[in-house]
Amino acid sequence: MRPAETVTVPATVDELQQVLAGQQYIADRGLAVSIYLALRLKRPLFLEGEAGVGKTEVAKVLAAALQTELIRLQCYEGLDVSHAVYEWNYPRQLLEIRLLEAAHAIDRSNAARELFTEAFLIKRPLLRALEKTSERPPVLLIDEIDRADEEFEGYLLELLSDFQVTIPELGTIRAAEPPIVIMTSNRTREVHDALKRRCVYCWIDYPDFDKERRIVSLKVPGASARLAEQVTAFVQELRTADLYKAAGVSETLDWTAALVALDRDVLDADTIEETLGVLLKNQEDIDAVRGERLRTMLSRALTRGTSAT
Amino acid sequence: VSESALLHNVLLFGRVLRRAGLDVHHGRMIDAIKALDWIGVRARADVRATLRALLVHRHDDLARFDEVFDLFWSAHREPAPGLPLFSLGERARIVATRTPPAAMSVEFEDVSPHQAAVTRGVGAYSAAEVSRTKDFADFTPAELEQARLLLARLPWQLGRRRTRRWTRAAYGGIDLRPVLRRNLTRGGELVDLPQRRRRDRPRPLVLLGDVSGSMERYSRMLLHFVYGVTEGSSRVETFLFSTRLTRVTRNVRTHPVSHLARGVHDWGGGTRIGEALRTFNTQWARRVMRNGPVVIVISDGWDRGDPELLARELARVRRSCRRLIWLNPLLGSATYEPLTRGMQAALQHVDDFLPAHNLASLEQLAEHLRDLRPRHVVRRTT
Repeated sequence: MRPAETVTVPATVDELQQVLAGQQYIADRGLAVSIYLALRLKRPLFLEGEAGVGKTEVAKVLAAALQTELIRLQCYEGLDVSHAVYEWNYPRQLLEIRLLEAAHAIDRSNAARELFTEAFLIKRPLLRALEKTSERPPVLLIDEIDRADEEFEGYLLELLSDFQVTIPELGTIRAAEPPIVIMTSNRTREVHDALKRRCVYCWIDYPDFDKERRIVSLKVPGASARLAEQVTAFVQELRTADLYKAAGVSETLDWTAALVALDRDVLDADTIEETLGVLLKNQEDIDAVRGERLRTMLSRALTRGTSAT
Repeated sequence: VSESALLHNVLLFGRVLRRAGLDVHHGRMIDAIKALDWIGVRARADVRATLRALLVHRHDDLARFDEVFDLFWSAHREPAPGLPLFSLGERARIVATRTPPAAMSVEFEDVSPHQAAVTRGVGAYSAAEVSRTKDFADFTPAELEQARLLLARLPWQLGRRRTRRWTRAAYGGIDLRPVLRRNLTRGGELVDLPQRRRRDRPRPLVLLGDVSGSMERYSRMLLHFVYGVTEGSSRVETFLFSTRLTRVTRNVRTHPVSHLARGVHDWGGGTRIGEALRTFNTQWARRVMRNGPVVIVISDGWDRGDPELLARELARVRRSCRRLIWLNPLLGSATYEPLTRGMQAALQHVDDFLPAHNLASLEQLAEHLRDLRPRHVVRRTT
């Protein structure tokens, strides 16, 4: 392992881009600048975009690149302090009381102190992110914040402003060095401005043809250059169609992997029909694309694929 | 570029952005200046990315930011003194709102908010002053104003939905978290068992209002209805459509009713309900159809689009909401039959098909909304 000093924050945007590329992540300039600024300003990074454009991946890759731990908090409606920050381990506490009783060692004045110690504390992601466990601050991924409710956003706002948590029985736990916070949102609702204002904001779009082709070749090494090109061209074509849910990059990758598993090296209409379910997850969308329309899109995609080379 | 000139320009740029309607926080300006120092100002794309990441925090603002950025940083590398820079922001705002409607076919009595408050404060209004069964289309301006006040006062409640969040309660289920702490003084014997249950919240509402030419006689009341409903609840999303769909949720909260027509595409134009709903389903549904909303479509059903498309999209709306209500002002007339192709297509997919032509019908609607039960169909209650 390299010494700690060499994995500090990359000094320039170029360097950061290289580090990310080393983790097989292709970040365009805008995203790289945003990540760089978040690291330098020590502010949370707020990534917004359609599902499947690689938002979560940013956190994973960054943690790997900076050689630090990734702590992930998946948000959902009703997420509260006991699942996000900490919880007391009640069964163990109750058991402990019985044990003390059996040993006739129970002392009321001391019971509280003995039962509410770190040994009985279940640490959830936010608390773990504040604790100093290693040399470097961890990457804290708060995933799909738009799924949590407003109450949780309010709590987060407080936490992110001073990076400390108060547990009444134990006291205040403060991060020696704040974690690198990455928040993602699929924008199923608007996250409150007050929270976003504190962050470095970045909207991630679907990648263009070139970038997506590079991602496909990188992530599905089994696919031939020709297949990668055709697949990308077809998916790009598909995204221009008016569908309920467009295919994300992760769908492109799954689809390519599926085609490779089926030993296909070229796209043809029948193969696409058979595997369309990997790409589109909505029955109406699949019905809308199937048949003649699919053939037209494919022929357009194939001409594009060849003209691009 | 000297350092102070850069500083000056960045600050000026922030002010222009603010003028253009972006929410630029002062703290972020300081960040931006710091950041430009690290990033450098040689590469234009990097400067753009930097300012974009720090000064914008809403996706809706990105296009406007880019417009202002281009105007500001390319046309005037060194902003000349005396240049009307603030008009740049104005210009961007106009460009961003696209084509304003050619002519607003609805005129409003311009009631200032102050005046309105006074009128409301007097409270000497009784429903009898306005004929409750008179058709909105025949209202005089004075009656309209009275009706507006009445609408604002109707108790719009959509019932509540259960959330996933817990709250302390007198009954429900045992709340483990405080159990042990409360009972420690009893030597760990669990005597006192605090309870918790799921918290309730008001159900969200989505309004889809038809402002095409055929609805002209009713669109004033429609807007007053929208304002009346929005005032009572924080969870109302509003869209208006004729041939295209426009989201006006924010405008309703910040602008008086007389300004709403601005920025609505093709006000008083033709009707393509199916296409408007398609836009709604593909662009907005994911964002505004959370948490089981009640959806109200207000339209006379005179549709010039494809009835099959309308049926398909409406069916989709219905599948993702708690209840789909169609208000039709024409339903008030005794002789009306929903025979237009659009209305025919729509009818099989709506839960409730109700009139909305006079105050009595809207009062009934308020009542109906208050005790909505899961999906049982009500059609034509008059």
